[in-house]
Amino acid sequence: MRTIRAAAAVTALAAVTGCGGGTSADGGGSNESPKTLTYWASNQGPDIEADKKILTPELKKFEQQTGIKVKLEVVPWSDLLNRILAATTSGQGPDVLNIGNTWSASLQATGALLPWDRKNFDAIGGRDRFVGSAVASAGAEGKDPAAVPLYSLAYALYYNKKMFAEAGISQPPATWDQLVADGKKLSKNGKWALGAEGGNLANNIHQVFVLGKQHGADFFDSSAKPTFTSDGAVAAVKQYVDFMAKDKIIAPGNAEYAQNQSLQDFARGRTAMVLWQAAASTFAAQGMKPADWGVAPVPVPAGAPGTGRNTNSMVAGINMAVFKNTKNIDGAKKFVKFMTSDAEQKLLNKTYGSIPPVKAAQQDPAFSAPDLKVLRDTLTAGAAPLPQVPTESQFETAVGTAVKQLWADAAAGLPVTTESVRARLAKAQQQMQQ
Amino acid sequence: MTTVAPGRTDRADSGAGSGKGDARRRLPRIPDRIRHGGLPYLLLLPAVVLELLVHLIPMVMGIVMSFRRLTQFYIRNWGEAPWAALDNYKVAVDFDAPIGQALLHSFYVTCLFTVFAVGLSWLFGVGAAIMMQENFRGRGFLRAVFLTPYALPVYAAVITWAFMFQRDNGLINHVLHDQLGLTDQPSFWLIGDNSFIALVVVAVWKSWPFAFLIVMAGLQNIPRELYEAAAIDGAGVWQQIRKITLPSLRPVNQVLVLVLFLWTFNDFNTPYVLFGRAAPEAADLISVHIYQSSFVAWNFGSGSAMSVLLLLFLLLVTAVHLLLTSRGRRGADA
Repeated sequence: MRTIRAAAAVTALAAVTGCGGGTSADGGGSNESPKTLTYWASNQGPDIEADKKILTPELKKFEQQTGIKVKLEVVPWSDLLNRILAATTSGQGPDVLNIGNTWSASLQATGALLPWDRKNFDAIGGRDRFVGSAVASAGAEGKDPAAVPLYSLAYALYYNKKMFAEAGISQPPATWDQLVADGKKLSKNGKWALGAEGGNLANNIHQVFVLGKQHGADFFDSSAKPTFTSDGAVAAVKQYVDFMAKDKIIAPGNAEYAQNQSLQDFARGRTAMVLWQAAASTFAAQGMKPADWGVAPVPVPAGAPGTGRNTNSMVAGINMAVFKNTKNIDGAKKFVKFMTSDAEQKLLNKTYGSIPPVKAAQQDPAFSAPDLKVLRDTLTAGAAPLPQVPTESQFETAVGTAVKQLWADAAAGLPVTTESVRARLAKAQQQMQQ
Repeated sequence: MTTVAPGRTDRADSGAGSGKGDARRRLPRIPDRIRHGGLPYLLLLPAVVLELLVHLIPMVMGIVMSFRRLTQFYIRNWGEAPWAALDNYKVAVDFDAPIGQALLHSFYVTCLFTVFAVGLSWLFGVGAAIMMQENFRGRGFLRAVFLTPYALPVYAAVITWAFMFQRDNGLINHVLHDQLGLTDQPSFWLIGDNSFIALVVVAVWKSWPFAFLIVMAGLQNIPRELYEAAAIDGAGVWQQIRKITLPSLRPVNQVLVLVLFLWTFNDFNTPYVLFGRAAPEAADLISVHIYQSSFVAWNFGSGSAMSVLLLLFLLLVTAVHLLLTSRGRRGADA
């Protein structure tokens, strides 16, 4: 009964308030409340209070410039998607909100977000100000983006210099074969070469998506139908899980990690490498000095990072969206313009350790620190957005769970074969209903 | 909910001079017609309105949603979602296809989990309550300790268990493997088949104090003379429990087991906090499974259909339980 209530709670809200996401057909919003805005910010800092501290002065600045008061609410990641769904259903949501960029196409499909056509982009300084790959991760291909890039991130390989030196390894691996060879040298005496977050569905997806690209596989075909069981996708998932099952360079315990324990292991010298996005501040918080670790591009099968089979990261990051039924459409656009201005982009991305998706702001010397430079170069040259299909959210769950179960098999010493991987992925594919 | 009919005295003519009449004169003037016919309903109205708003209307909406193809394309205006007739139900009960298979598997897991969790909770609750009947030093303290799990916030308690069950740094493996040497290597408790054991342990830890509390209250109603008479007749402790305690507790146990069953079968917090959005197959409880179908897979029509099926199952079980227990009572009364 509780589940019924859960499933119906959202609609009850709509019933009580007597609306169903009411907005005009053209979805342009209105200017009924030109002096106020509500903003849902995603939790980017160490905690919600930290985010409030970081954002409040900027919102005050915006208020001084425009006279528009912004009411801030920082929403934890665990709640954000459900909150957005409830807001979409009831029409009672914020004016402006942050979304994970991988959800862009799924949320775009709800029709609740303002499409960023040329006119809207022009209102915030033009589409050309943004890095192309970041804009590509803001909605389905061929449609106007459902959001505007705000913070960009990419994956890099972080490695422990001391452990590498002790194992006689002079430089970080550039290919997967090198990583496995180095990994075998590093994995001994209770220490392991590579960290993973086997229980974290999103992280699983990020890794196998990139490996899929390197195997020439997309997880969806051109008509947005899932192709999880293609040879390339199966090989990609198997390659990732084989780091534990076959190569023995990931500790079995990593199979149940889902709370960034792999970063703790790295900081404590138990693990020599992790694949992560902007981990510097976490390492510092764990007591690591910047000189203790190095950063390199995520390995590729051969050659240098690039496009297609040499893709070495997904385009990670946060986008900013406007609800279509906002009562302050002009103010919302002004606010997006303010948050994506060169000055704010430099300030906010420096604070959060991310990369500005705005080209001009990226030129700031602060983003040339070794770790950020690798992220920046990756975003420019080697990153591809996750499939921008309406069922992306289901894909993350279905395939992320399949990979999680394969980690559990590997950790328990059960065989991980091409057949077992294909079977798990086939089940995931069949569960994708639309 | 039953309504209490107005007492006969209320329908008596307001006789001035009688004590009752004096009391009635102090009440606000209510027209006789309302007082005699509609007052109970008037008093019930706020509760009925609230119940409708927060419970029944959403439930009806959930049932309506189960007949629609409600995906993210329509959540903005769910009334426009196309009718699916019985399609959502067909998908849910097609046990040859993956969605039906997964739901059936989840149902089995939930049934097994419920049997273990309710059985053990009841056993511990009854055992502890019987032991606590005797007066001894520290009984009050122990009672308070026993009730602690029931008083703790569920989220905090379960997250603590999740830490304790961690393979590499958890207290459970530290004791079982490092200190007692009972396992060859540290076991996984949050992934793989052992996750079922972890789930049952946490559920029992969480709910046995409730059983203890209810049974303890039930024991207060058993006259001491029965035990004294039995002791004089030479009955031992086991015989006293079998012949006096358990039969006397039957009405309490009937309600207790039903409530524990409903709570356990529907338990969402424990698996969700322990395993997150994607529970291991061995611990895939139906409440989280339905949540996933609705809020994670964005298929609210399918999730609602599964919810309705679950509701029907629970109603059936409850009806059978009530039928059997009321028969039992009638039999006992005869």
